[in-house]
Order: sequence, then C-alpha cells, then structure tokens
Amino acid sequence: MLTGPITGVAPSEAELIQRVLGGEEEAFRELVRPYEYAVFMAAQAILKNEADAEDAAQDAVLKVFTNLAKFRGESKFSTWLIRIATNEALMKLRKERHQRLHDSLDEPRKDEEGDYTPRDFADWREIPSGALQKKELRQALSRALAALTPKHREVFVLRDVQHLTIAETAQLLGIRESAVKTRLLRARLQMRDALAPGIDGSWSTGRSEYKQVRPW
Amino acid sequence: MVVEISCEEVWREISNYLEGEISAELHARMEDHFKGCKHCSAVLDGSRNVVRLVGEAGAFELPAGLSDRLYQKLDRKLLERRESQKEE
Repeated sequence: MLTGPITGVAPSEAELIQRVLGGEEEAFRELVRPYEYAVFMAAQAILKNEADAEDAAQDAVLKVFTNLAKFRGESKFSTWLIRIATNEALMKLRKERHQRLHDSLDEPRKDEEGDYTPRDFADWREIPSGALQKKELRQALSRALAALTPKHREVFVLRDVQHLTIAETAQLLGIRESAVKTRLLRARLQMRDALAPGIDGSWSTGRSEYKQVRPW
Repeated sequence: MVVEISCEEVWREISNYLEGEISAELHARMEDHFKGCKHCSAVLDGSRNVVRLVGEAGAFELPAGLSDRLYQKLDRKLLERRESQKEE
C-alpha cells in the first residue's frame, strides 16, 4: 500500500518542518518517511553497492536534519532530499577513488554514446495488474538496473524512478540536457532488452507463453 | 504524405518520443512507422512499460530493515549532543 499524507489528518510537510526546527526531533522521521525510498534509490543509483548506498543515505539523512533550517521551499522538499542524497553518494564515490565509475561525467565515450540496437524484439504489450507484487519481476528489475553503467543508471533513476525533469537531472549531475537525453535513451532500451523477454514470459502473459507471444 | 523513417532513426528518437520532446513532423513520421513495423512497436511498448514500471513506488526492493538504519547516524549525533549538553 502506498503511504502518503492524508489530507486533514496528517500534518503538512511545512508544519512538520516547523516542528522539527522548533526542537521536536521526533517529527523528523515522520517528515522523511515518505522519501526513504527516494533517498536510498538516489544513493544506490550512483553507488550500486548496497552497503555503500546505505551509508551515503544515512549521511544524507543526517545532513537533511542539520541543514533543515536552510531549506527555503524554492524546490520541492523531495527534490531537495534527492539532491542531498545524490551529492552524498557522489562525494563518497570520489572519496573512494573509484575513478572508473565516474571518469568524466560529461564526456561522451564512443562505445557508450553511439547508437544502440535493441537486442531482440520481444513483444511486451502490457503490464498485467499486480505485476510488481511478483518477487521475480522486482528482482529482475534490480538486476537490470545494476547492469547499467553508473552514468546511465544515475540518469535513469533520477528521471524515471524519481520523476525529476530532464532539466533538473542535468542540473543535479552537472551535465548537459542533451547528455541526459542520450543516456536516458540507452538506459531505457537496455532495461527493455533485459526485461521484455521476461522470465519465460511469466509476467508478460501470466503463463509460460513467452515464445507464443512473439510473432516471429 | 508522410516521409518514411528508418528503424534505426526510430530507435534513436524513441526515448524523446516518450518524453514528448520531438517535433510534430517527426512524431507523425514515427506514428506512421509504428503502424507498419512490429519490431519498432515492440521496442516502443517495452520502453514505455519499463518507464511505467520503474516509476511506481516500491518497484525496487529496499534492503530489509533499512527504514530504521537510515536514522542511525542522526540518532548517534543527537545522543552525543544531549550528553554534551548534560555535561555542561
């Protein structure tokens, strides 16, 4: 079940922020809880390794708390959180000198920026309802995401998982919008390649009919 | 009369097509292409499904117990602060 603020019952974000700033530390968890997924995913997109991502996410939460007074409401609170989590993860990445992971964030590399040819043309018309309840699908999603290169993964997560705009994604990562679009294209096509064939079609048809749903 | 477009060109623009970030003219050419090309339709449907799936809350599993651990560093910091205040 999705958890979200219930109008008229749950205190608003602005109210919660005021309470935390007023010294009511317990209100902080309530404020951040709806965004725990976003914070972790932002860190995970950059660091891939789960333990490192968790560490960066913890740093981000601490930073959000200590910097809360600086939040001016110019962006959405969620965008601000994602920005902090992304920055914490990038900082961690640099500290650990994983050069190969972030070698020049903006420089197109021929092997990664050239045209991408779909691997096959498996038919995947619709998503059956409740598909995400299937553990196999969620695992396949995680595997497919982990298989992206870091710079494709971070763009994909910010835009498609966190719903930032292309402009916001570009700004956050310090790259051009055109680079965001190029990377997004590759990430989406690669994710499709990984997922469209399904696991014997078990989530694309509800049965094991993968071969039959493909028209060739 | 719509000017034909190749499959390769369609793949290059498919993400921008989903974003709605292409000209009306290119959009029309791509629509026309999808009508006659099962391969590209499959790529379009699949890419759209990917975007829909990953955009849903909870598409990716969080590590078990993450919610509590997220606040560990903060809790430690607050505890230290309280203790130093007591000492003063």
